[in-house]
Amino acid sequence: MAMLSPRSVVEAAGLEKEELKFGFIKLTDMAPLAIAYEKRFFEDEGLYVTLEAQANWKVLLDRVIDGELDGAHMLAGQPLGATIGFGTQADIITAFSMDLNGNAITVSNDIWAQMKKHVPHENGKPVHPIKADALKPVVESYKAQGKPFKMGMVFPVSTHNYELRYWLAAGGIHPGYYAPKKGDTSGTLGADVFLSVTPPPQMPSTMEAGTIYGYCVGEPWNQQAVFKGIGVPVVTDYEIWKNNPEKVFGVSREWAEKYPNTHKAVVKALIRAAQWLDANDNANRPEAVKILAKSQYVGADYEVIANSMTGTFEYEKGDKRAVPDFNVFFRYHATYPYYSDAIWYLTQMRRWGQIAEPKPDSWFMEIARKVYRPDIYAAAAKELIAEGKLTAKDFPEFEKEDGFRAPQTHFIDGIRYDGHQPNAYLSSFDIGLKDKDEVK
Amino acid sequence: MQATVAPVVAFVLFLLLWNVGAAQIETSLGQLPGPAQVWSQAMGLLDEHVAEREREAGFYARQKQRYLEKLAENPAAVEKVRPYTGKPTFIDQIFTSLLTVATGFLLGSLIAIPLGILCGLNATLYRAMNPLIQIFKPVSPLAWLPIVTIVVSAVYVSDDPLFSKSFVTSAITVTLCCLWPTLINTTVGVASIDKDLINVSRVLRLNWMTQVIKVVLPSSIPMMFTGLRLSLGIGWMVLIAAEMLAQNPGLGKFVWDEFQNGSSNSLGRIMVAVFVIGLIGFLLDRLMLSLQRRVSWDKGAMIR
Repeated sequence: MAMLSPRSVVEAAGLEKEELKFGFIKLTDMAPLAIAYEKRFFEDEGLYVTLEAQANWKVLLDRVIDGELDGAHMLAGQPLGATIGFGTQADIITAFSMDLNGNAITVSNDIWAQMKKHVPHENGKPVHPIKADALKPVVESYKAQGKPFKMGMVFPVSTHNYELRYWLAAGGIHPGYYAPKKGDTSGTLGADVFLSVTPPPQMPSTMEAGTIYGYCVGEPWNQQAVFKGIGVPVVTDYEIWKNNPEKVFGVSREWAEKYPNTHKAVVKALIRAAQWLDANDNANRPEAVKILAKSQYVGADYEVIANSMTGTFEYEKGDKRAVPDFNVFFRYHATYPYYSDAIWYLTQMRRWGQIAEPKPDSWFMEIARKVYRPDIYAAAAKELIAEGKLTAKDFPEFEKEDGFRAPQTHFIDGIRYDGHQPNAYLSSFDIGLKDKDEVK
Repeated sequence: MQATVAPVVAFVLFLLLWNVGAAQIETSLGQLPGPAQVWSQAMGLLDEHVAEREREAGFYARQKQRYLEKLAENPAAVEKVRPYTGKPTFIDQIFTSLLTVATGFLLGSLIAIPLGILCGLNATLYRAMNPLIQIFKPVSPLAWLPIVTIVVSAVYVSDDPLFSKSFVTSAITVTLCCLWPTLINTTVGVASIDKDLINVSRVLRLNWMTQVIKVVLPSSIPMMFTGLRLSLGIGWMVLIAAEMLAQNPGLGKFVWDEFQNGSSNSLGRIMVAVFVIGLIGFLLDRLMLSLQRRVSWDKGAMIR
């Protein structure tokens, strides 16, 4: 199986750089990297890759910018945030979207006990999805006692920050604004719930220590809370926004320009890995879980990782439900870098004040084009098709593709998202900046 | 007889206490591991090491195969062997840590010993240096590390570096923290040389260099070694902290990674690392001690 076709050997000769180091954070959605390594898809492309776990998202981003890492598993908001200069200013691009879904919001046992009274039940089990409406009375009682209600997310421009905010706001709870122009990057102006940054693997222990009452994070750190008996995941991001884009594979623009063939080869290997992860209705997932449970990758116990990776999700202990699409790596064109995905992140940055001033719709498109690179993806995919490793059916129709998914409607608040009209989309929210709003 | 019985009894007692105590503590990752679980984790780590070496052999074999295929197509192909890209095992991490501490310690000694001799010989120099020594001596590695990291990143720029940045950062942090005991003890040792010896060297009209080599060094060696032993101990301790904080390869990173993994094996593995760290610290100290016995002229001196 590991034998190479002569063709790829010839191609390997065109690589500008063969020894690469990629960073990742200990989360199950780094799987395409681990699989591309373990299944030797990188080696098939003539690449010698070292994978290295990073301490947190900030360190990871900095190391990609200063060139210590050739590329990394990134939050979709990181390349966008860096490009518009929120937090760090740098040109980071992505040609590969790593997965859909995969996150959840967990609250501590204590908060869950207080919330549960407000959650509708059927046959003794809570009815999902659980909305933040149930959390609202709890937050209000904390406010009445003068105690701040604290929750954790992983990074200011993380999917988790936006998902947690989305869920809270949909339930009428204000998560607070950012005001970068006034030097406020805490994101807690006018907040009912105070969100702070904690690296993913530390989430359960931070909540156990009582520093935060709940968090939004990727797997396996929600299931870990269930296993440790310290918290209850109340809602998955699949329920907040069905099939939402999650991580991307990011490289610096300079790197991509210097090593175009290498970049394409990396994307090829990652596409094959993603396809392997979803092949035959997730038949390979148990093997993938075994790989991820190794200490150099995610390292958590097999059972904890398997809980979400094999199509189920355990809410309150014993309440295990089927969520076949909890983590999607290839289906629904998950790996294609859609402009509309980028624009959604930008709308949320605007909604919460990270983008302080109003921007025209054209600006959103311009940034998306700068950061998301479906052209590189298409070139890699076409080579895979030519080599017979995948078929044209596996990919969007590149000739017709305009980079926008059909308007999406499956949000927890029922609001429709059309990537062509970011400003109109922003106007449809009750909570959040819109039109000419600026944080005062 | 008593020399062996007492330590063995103490150790067995410790194992028993540990076993009973651990069973009482229920953590969110399960029960605190006892001696038996830690032993099995240690064996597991060894097995992992062996398995990884096999994977490494496979990696090189595939690389060779690929080269041969390339050669068949293009006779001008040049063989290039790329280093193994798999994970460093626990054993690998031990050697990384040892190499780093040795480098940092040697560097520290190379600065501290000559400087200490000069300070001991020249009271004015000593007075000049003393405030600096006193200020920098108590600084923790956690404070040095960010500065060292940033300076190394700025200064140590090379496309094909001989050492990795993380290695240089850890080694320099060790140097900065561990040179003080050697420096101070050498100074004191040199300054308190018997006046008669100095007078004898004057009578013999030894030149400065000969005086240092024949008189000053030998008589200050016991003090110097006390300093070196302290330095090495501190260096080892500092290194683990630096690796943990900066995610630099080595035992410290191993501990941090296991903490992050939060697997049911993690606590046991961290304990294995604790024992290994302690054991190596102990062996390093013994090493210095036997070295001291070898070079010291005063064989009758009490050395512990």
